[in-house]
Amino acid sequence: MSKPRLGVFKFSSCDGCQLSILDVEEELLELLDRVELADFLEASSASTGPPYDIALVEGSVSTEEEVERIVRIRKESKMLVALGACATSGGLQALRNWSRLGLFESAVYPEQKVARALEKALPPSDFVAVDFELRGCPVSKAQLLQFFAATLRGAKPRFSSSAVCFECKRAGNPCLVVAGGTPCLGPVTASGCGALCPSAGRGCYGCFGPSDDANLDSYASWLSAHGVDRSTIGLLLKGANSQSREFRRWIEKNG
Amino acid sequence: MVRRVVVDTGPMARVEGEGSLSIVETDTGCPEVKLNIFEPPRFFEALLKGRRAEEVPDLVSRICGICPVAYQISSLNALEGLFGVEVDEQVRRLRRILYYGEWIESHALHIFMLAAPDYMGVPDAIAMAKRDPALVREALTLKRLGNRFMSIIGGREIHPVSLKIGGIHRAPSKETLASLLPELDRLRSSVQKMVAFVASLKGPSLERESTLVCLYDPARYAIDRGEIVSNQGLCLQPCDFEENFEEYQVDYSNALHSRTKGGGSYMVGPLARFSLNNRQLNPAARALAKGVGLKPPLKDPFQSIIVRALEIVHALEETAREVNEYEKPARPSVPYKAKAGTCYGVSEAPRGILYHSYTVNARGYVESAKIVPPTAQNQARMEDDVRLLVPRIMNSEATEARRLSEMAIRNYDPCISCATHFLRLDLRKA
Repeated sequence: MSKPRLGVFKFSSCDGCQLSILDVEEELLELLDRVELADFLEASSASTGPPYDIALVEGSVSTEEEVERIVRIRKESKMLVALGACATSGGLQALRNWSRLGLFESAVYPEQKVARALEKALPPSDFVAVDFELRGCPVSKAQLLQFFAATLRGAKPRFSSSAVCFECKRAGNPCLVVAGGTPCLGPVTASGCGALCPSAGRGCYGCFGPSDDANLDSYASWLSAHGVDRSTIGLLLKGANSQSREFRRWIEKNG
Repeated sequence: MVRRVVVDTGPMARVEGEGSLSIVETDTGCPEVKLNIFEPPRFFEALLKGRRAEEVPDLVSRICGICPVAYQISSLNALEGLFGVEVDEQVRRLRRILYYGEWIESHALHIFMLAAPDYMGVPDAIAMAKRDPALVREALTLKRLGNRFMSIIGGREIHPVSLKIGGIHRAPSKETLASLLPELDRLRSSVQKMVAFVASLKGPSLERESTLVCLYDPARYAIDRGEIVSNQGLCLQPCDFEENFEEYQVDYSNALHSRTKGGGSYMVGPLARFSLNNRQLNPAARALAKGVGLKPPLKDPFQSIIVRALEIVHALEETAREVNEYEKPARPSVPYKAKAGTCYGVSEAPRGILYHSYTVNARGYVESAKIVPPTAQNQARMEDDVRLLVPRIMNSEATEARRLSEMAIRNYDPCISCATHFLRLDLRKA
């Protein structure tokens, strides 16, 4: 049986999620042995090009060229996977979607010939069908490996997107919100990080995006009633996942 | 008039981010060398406006997945300076161990996965592993060790979550850190082989005079802070950076270039650090430098890869020492009060000086931010190096010409993701 052809592609991003692939040091050589690396510009100058069985896409779509490229990659790929927060819900650069940044870019840079930034930075799913999402800023290495382990066996990977609170309870942490009054997005954020921030004694800031059953209105009201002002909640939500449906809806409604 | 396109790499492999290089022969006889950076701008400096100072370290780390700690430390240096925060000595130590971890990880990634394949004539580290599996496995072990120190202190290696203005959210126990020492000691005993391997790589060599700029810290081979010094006798405080260096825009790149005011291109990074601070490398690294015949000042930019190997040795030794001297601080962080003002912070990212400046208002919100990453500073230098190689490139057949020019760029370990996020937009014009 021939090996599945893997493509890894970068859009507007920090490189961290691609680096997570290279960061699975112990399993890396074995993993790369089980696929045919058709395209992975950051790691290899060998490219055999499309078609791809699995295309991992890091980053958000923020220029005209990137729109064309994501459409092309979609056509060339059997399975298109969004890798990390930029690719699942815009990333930090998508904060410009509220500033109308793109509109006056040409006024500031009359000479600018390269940038051609779109007014908004958006996840690939705004342009093409995405088959699977790996959340996180950055993605979790454990989930990345589980994704490959399942996919390479022809199974469909599944991750829980229950709230960080579940991981936090299992880690035995006292609740920061209840016990300490610390604003924490744990109750409305998907698990996957292992409750990293609450375990370090700080509030979660939403790297993995909204959890399945996130009830932001209710939680925000509760936080407000306990002395956290709404602008603080707004800033917390205006992180790497601000374009996710749930977070965006709350920000748009509450400013 | 364009006469002939000598090299046009297209999207370049094995660099962090998206860029290409073109060399075009023109009628003037002077070939045109352009490093085209088409990585889309992400407008980070504009996005920071209106954010709370305490959010800054988490936000700026997202500029770069390869050197997030550098971004966090430079921003903390700036903001803690403004707020008059005295960070506990043991917390500073933890921050340095975290930063050494980033140097080890980033340098190992560069040497073995991005650069070495060029020297070995293979497309990637996977092909290298087929030829010499032990070498690649050992390199990955080294990279992993850097990452493990980062995850113990930072929670995770990419975008660590533990640093905050005033200190660290939670300090690890000495035992947890020391649990990595056996692995560290094993690697320390095998670095000689690693340095010898890197020194044996035969690259295109190039002799040139240049302005070298790095940080100087009287206490150590500068990493987490320092004054800005150069081989031209410069000695500046971080707040003087913009007085002495300026950024300018070129129409073919999404990253601003840098130059000395009134001067030309300059170089930051390992070569500058070794040339100016080599006496502060620890004895193990100094002995290995001597062993491979590396003597300052270095004039060949292609020696950067050897300096990176020596800096890995230095970082391993320093990490061992710092871990042994570490005592868990009684208070992982100190309280602070935000103050209005403009502040400046620098540190030595793996690729060179990373400069941050913020203006914060009395409520503790960022009014403006300016960030100058090392790759933006080195851009003009990269093009200069390629210009010097042009005679050799012109005489080579197409594949070799491309390989030579790409090596000249890759030699700087450019982090294009970092370099592009700083096209500045003035929000007041909206």
